[in-house]
Amino acid sequence: MSSTTPLLDVSGLTKHFPIKGGFPIRRTVGAVQAVDGLDFQVAEGESLGLVGESGCGKSTTGRLITRLLEPTAGKVSYRGQDITHASRKELAPIRSEIQMIFQDPYASLNPRHTVGKIISGPMEINDVNPPGGRENRVRELLEIVGLNPEHYNRFPHEFSGGQRQRIGVARALALEPKLIVADEPVSALDVSIQAQVVNLLQKVQKELGIAFVFIAHDLAIVRHFSQRVAVMYLGKIVEIADREDLYDNPRHPYTRALLSAVPEATVDAAPRERIRLVGDVPSPINPPSGCRFRTRCWKATEKCATEAPPLVQADGNKPGHLTACHYPEMRDTVPAPRLSKDPEAAA
Amino acid sequence: MTSTDQQPFLSVKDLKVHFSTEDGVVKAVDGLSFDLMRGKTLGIVGESGSGKSVTNLTILGLHNPDSTSVEGSIELDGQELNGAPEKTLEHLRGNKMAMIFQDALASLSPYHTIGAQIGEVYRKHKGASKKEARERAVEMLRRVGIPQPESRVDNYPHEFSGGMRQRAMIAMALVCDPELLIADEPTTALDVTVQAQIMDLLKDLQREFGTAIIFITHDLGVIADIADEVLVMYGGRCVERGTKKEVLSSPRHPYTWGLLSSMPSLDGPVDVPLNPIPGSPPSLLNPPSGCRFHPRCAFAEKVDGNRCAKESPVLEITNGRGSACHLTDEQRTEYLADLTAAKHH
Repeated sequence: MSSTTPLLDVSGLTKHFPIKGGFPIRRTVGAVQAVDGLDFQVAEGESLGLVGESGCGKSTTGRLITRLLEPTAGKVSYRGQDITHASRKELAPIRSEIQMIFQDPYASLNPRHTVGKIISGPMEINDVNPPGGRENRVRELLEIVGLNPEHYNRFPHEFSGGQRQRIGVARALALEPKLIVADEPVSALDVSIQAQVVNLLQKVQKELGIAFVFIAHDLAIVRHFSQRVAVMYLGKIVEIADREDLYDNPRHPYTRALLSAVPEATVDAAPRERIRLVGDVPSPINPPSGCRFRTRCWKATEKCATEAPPLVQADGNKPGHLTACHYPEMRDTVPAPRLSKDPEAAA
Repeated sequence: MTSTDQQPFLSVKDLKVHFSTEDGVVKAVDGLSFDLMRGKTLGIVGESGSGKSVTNLTILGLHNPDSTSVEGSIELDGQELNGAPEKTLEHLRGNKMAMIFQDALASLSPYHTIGAQIGEVYRKHKGASKKEARERAVEMLRRVGIPQPESRVDNYPHEFSGGMRQRAMIAMALVCDPELLIADEPTTALDVTVQAQIMDLLKDLQREFGTAIIFITHDLGVIADIADEVLVMYGGRCVERGTKKEVLSSPRHPYTWGLLSSMPSLDGPVDVPLNPIPGSPPSLLNPPSGCRFHPRCAFAEKVDGNRCAKESPVLEITNGRGSACHLTDEQRTEYLADLTAAKHH
C-alpha cells in the first residue's frame, strides 16, 4: 500500500447480530457472528473483489461499508474520516460518494416510478442540480449505460433483466460517486447478459475512475473484474492478494479448494486437481475455535483448534499477499489429498 | 457406437408445447426431438425462457392441461406419455421417473418432517407401511450422505442446510429407484463446493443404478463435468446437439460460440472486455422470423439473401451431431480458426 490515505480503510470490522430468546423477558442469548474482525483497504479507482460462499459475511460487509448496518466493533474510514458511528447528518455528504448496486434488478427498482424518476432520485434527495438540469443528466446517464435516452418516461416492467440492471448502474452513477459497492450485480442475469453488464461496469470503473467493492460468488467473474481479491470464510478474511497471486498461487487451503471446485467449460485441458470439501459451512452462531476452517480442512492439527491464525504475509508470498493459515499451501506441492467420503469417487 | 442398436429409454419426437395466454399463444417449445439411453446423462443448456424447463415438466405431465397444447410424442421405455391418462402418469411419476428442482426449500413442505416426505412417496407407490417407509427414508438419507440419518429423518426442512436439503430432495426423488431422473438446475442455488459434492453424488448414483439423467443448467462448466450428450436450446428450439466433447470443443452454432466466449474463465486474459451476445433473449409470444437467433447473431449478414431472417434453419442430425444454422462448414472453420488464433494472443 502506498503512503497516501486509501479511499476506504477498514480495520477490525465486526458485526454480531444478537439472537433474542427467553420468556417472559426476551434476553440476548447469543449472536450470529456474521463478520468478525476484517481489515482491508481500497485505493482510489481500484476494484476489490470479495468472494466466499453464502453465509460468509460478504454482503454484511458491503452493508457495513455503506453504513446500512451499524458495526458492532471496528472502524471504517472514508478518505481518512472515521464514519463508523457517524450520524445521519455527518454521513450525508459521504453517502453521495458511496453508492450501491444490488443483486436483484426486479426488487431494487420501484415499479411505480419512471426510469427518469428512479435515476434522478439520488439527485433530488441530495439536492444536486447539475448544469443543464436533472433531466439532461439522466439522459446522459442512460446513454453511458447503453440505454436509449428516449426511455426516460418508461417504467421498469418495460425492460428486461439486463436493462434493469443498467438502470441500477445509472442510478448509482447519478451522484458521481467515488466508491461503488456492487453486491452480486450479475448473478441474477442470464449468462449471455452477464458479460454485457460486466463490460459496462468495467468501462465505468476505468473511464470514471470509480473504486469498486465487488461482492460475488463467481470466482471467474471476480478475477475478471477485480485487481485485488479477498476470500472470506465464516466472517473472516482467510486470504487477500492481487488477483494474479491469488489465482496462481493460492496459499490458504480454502482458497485452493474453492478454486478447484469451479467447473470449467472445457474438455480439452488436462484434468485439474480436485479438492472435495466434506460437510457444510459451520454455523456462525457457534463458529469453531481457532481457525474457523479447521473442521473441513485436511491439514488441521491441534494448533488450528486452539490458535486463530493471523492474516499475515506467509513465507514466500509477495508483499500484499496475506494468508491466515498455520500451514499455508505451497505452489506445485504434491496435490492436497482429496477429501471424499466415497473412495470410489476418489478413484 | 453401441448405443445405436439399443432402444432409447426416453424418446422425444417433434415436441411442441404451446400455452394460450391473454396476449396470444406462447410457443414455449417448438419442435424438439431427442433420445436418451439408460445410464447416460443429457445436458440441456439454455437461458431463461428457452423452453428447457417446460420440456421437462411436459415429460412428467406436470403442465396445466387446460391452457397447454402438447403435440408430438414422448415415449418412455416404449410407452407413449403424451395424452396418457393422468392415472398412468401419476403411477410413473416418482416411480419410474422423478424430478429434482432448483429451490429445495420451496419444494419441500415446511410442516412435515424430511422422513415423512420421503416416506410418503414410498408408501404411495410401493404400498409400504409407515414403519417400512421410515426405514427406507433412513436408508435413502444415508445413501445421499446425510450424517446421522436415524435422527435427521425426524428433522424439518428448516433444520437442514442448503446442501443437505438438496440431498434430501435427491433422496426423495430416488426413493423408488426411478429409471429416469430429471434435474432442473439442481445446483444453481448452491455454493461451488457443495455443488461439487452434489454432482459427485449424482454421478455415483448413476453408476450404481444405471439411471438416465436429464440435467438442465445454464452453466457450461457444469455440463463439462456431468453430461455425456449436450442439447443447446434457444427460443424453444434445439440449435445444437452432440456429445459433450463435440459441443464444447468444436461448437457449430453461433449461439453456442457466444455462450462459450462470453464467460470469463479462471485462466483467461483479464482487463479486456468480455464478448457478450448483444441484445436479449426473444419473446416467445412473438418470436423472430426465420432463425430465432438471427437478431443477435453476428454472422447473420454473412449468409446470402437474408436467409437467416426468412428461412428457419433445419436441424439435421447425423450420428447424434448437428446444428440448426445457415452458415456453411467453410464459414464455420474460418471463424473457429480466428477464434483459436485470438486465444493465443
